[in-house]
Amino acid sequence: MPVPSTAVVIGCSTGGLQALSTVLAGLRGDLGAPVIVVCHRGQDDDGALLVELLARASALPVREAGERQPVEAGVVHVAPPGYHLLIDAGGCFMLSADPRVRHVRPSVDVLFEAAADVYGDGLLAVVLTGANDDGADGLAAVRRAGGYALVQEPAEAIAPQMPLAALERAGADAVAGLASLATRINDRCP
Amino acid sequence: MPLSRPAADDIELELFIQALQLRHGYDFSGYARASLKRRVQAVAAARQCRTIGELTTRVVHDDGLLPAVIAGLSVPVSEMFRNPSVFKALAAEVLPVLASYPHINIWQAGCARGEEVYTLAILLEEAGLYARCQIYATDFNDAALAQAQEGIFPLAEARTWSANYLAAGGQHSLSDYWHARYEHLKLDERLKRNITFANHNLVADGVFCEAQLILCRNVLIYFTNALQDRVLGLFRDSLVRGGYLVLGNKESIAFAPSAAEFTELDAQARIYRLGAAA
Ligand SMILES: C[S@@+](CC[C@H](N)C(=O)[O-])C[C@H]1O[C@@H](n2cnc3c(N)ncnc32)[C@H](O)[C@@H]1O
Repeated sequence: MPVPSTAVVIGCSTGGLQALSTVLAGLRGDLGAPVIVVCHRGQDDDGALLVELLARASALPVREAGERQPVEAGVVHVAPPGYHLLIDAGGCFMLSADPRVRHVRPSVDVLFEAAADVYGDGLLAVVLTGANDDGADGLAAVRRAGGYALVQEPAEAIAPQMPLAALERAGADAVAGLASLATRINDRCP
Repeated sequence: MPLSRPAADDIELELFIQALQLRHGYDFSGYARASLKRRVQAVAAARQCRTIGELTTRVVHDDGLLPAVIAGLSVPVSEMFRNPSVFKALAAEVLPVLASYPHINIWQAGCARGEEVYTLAILLEEAGLYARCQIYATDFNDAALAQAQEGIFPLAEARTWSANYLAAGGQHSLSDYWHARYEHLKLDERLKRNITFANHNLVADGVFCEAQLILCRNVLIYFTNALQDRVLGLFRDSLVRGGYLVLGNKESIAFAPSAAEFTELDAQARIYRLGAAA
């Protein structure tokens, strides 16, 4: 299986399930890029519920990102709870049990930085609603590597802190409302 | 697309790995690069080095830096009764079989600061088996081992750990096993009576016991497939026939040829058994 040259990474926290559902529902069914998601949630959750809820909304198949499994185009991969999610140079998922970063694990920053390393200017990173500043440093790394940064319009986010922090520390190539995010992702992917 | 020309920091990472090996004999070449790179960068930043290359120079010239580097590359992050359902499964599926042995050897590899080995001691105590057990708790991080030996932890952990314990089916209150003092909790000395803490490097060291149960959770995720395979071979050689191996919740050994010798007993709890089911 060829390693996809383009990838979409999405980070969110508070209000994330609702926002993600909207975005995933609007993606093209024939999207030629993988979509990789970090969404913070409660500790005891084994991850199956989030995958199930997102699968109901999504136009693409949704699966938990599996340790050492290849990143696949046309699939939404969700970070498992309790581990950071990274990608190796060969295009496979790698988990780590490293300490929380900014109080969270999985961390959006960790995913974005690892993905920026692998995909460089082929990466499209999206920061959605959330009540913390995770993702801001990661988005800056994505932009340094030539990737494209898309941020949800803070005014309409359930929790505006995460998009605001991203804009403040990384800036963005585009800021958009939830209703148009999927179209923008579709347009930039093979 | 993975960039066709290696990036400067990836080259620096490889040179750092070579330098540690040549100068200090520590071999990190079998560590998965994505997570190793983050940790080496963190050690570099903590030492005011702007690049991994600067850290390499310091590590080569200053032997005194080694313990801090090893401590920085190790990830002694753990919890008591982390993933409670695993310990529930151990109590239900594995301990009844272990009870048939007059003497039980357990190896816990990658014990970090001891959270998990004390968890095991409590689990065995409550199953009435601890008196018959010898637990070897090993790690390659001496600083973490020294803390494990002490059994003192921040009191701030108490709430999560107590909830984990109850979710795992604990019969009392976890606080029965510690004394709280000055923002710290000190675990009951009696829990240590059958635990031996020792430095053992999974990369370099070999078989040292014959165990009925090996716990190695959230360590193999840091290794490349090739090193995972080597370490699984080490576990196979250290287990009695029909012995048990417990891995971390999201770990997969599907890529290691040595995995073929293990039978999956509980997919959720990642409990495996050596050889076909007895
Ligand atoms: C994330 S902790 C896991 C702690 C515990 N088992 C758990 O799951 O909660 C990983 C541990 O593996 C240890 N480790 C890493 N490489 C090792 C090696 N080559 N030999 C022995 N221990 C190693 C680290 O020092 C660290 O304490």
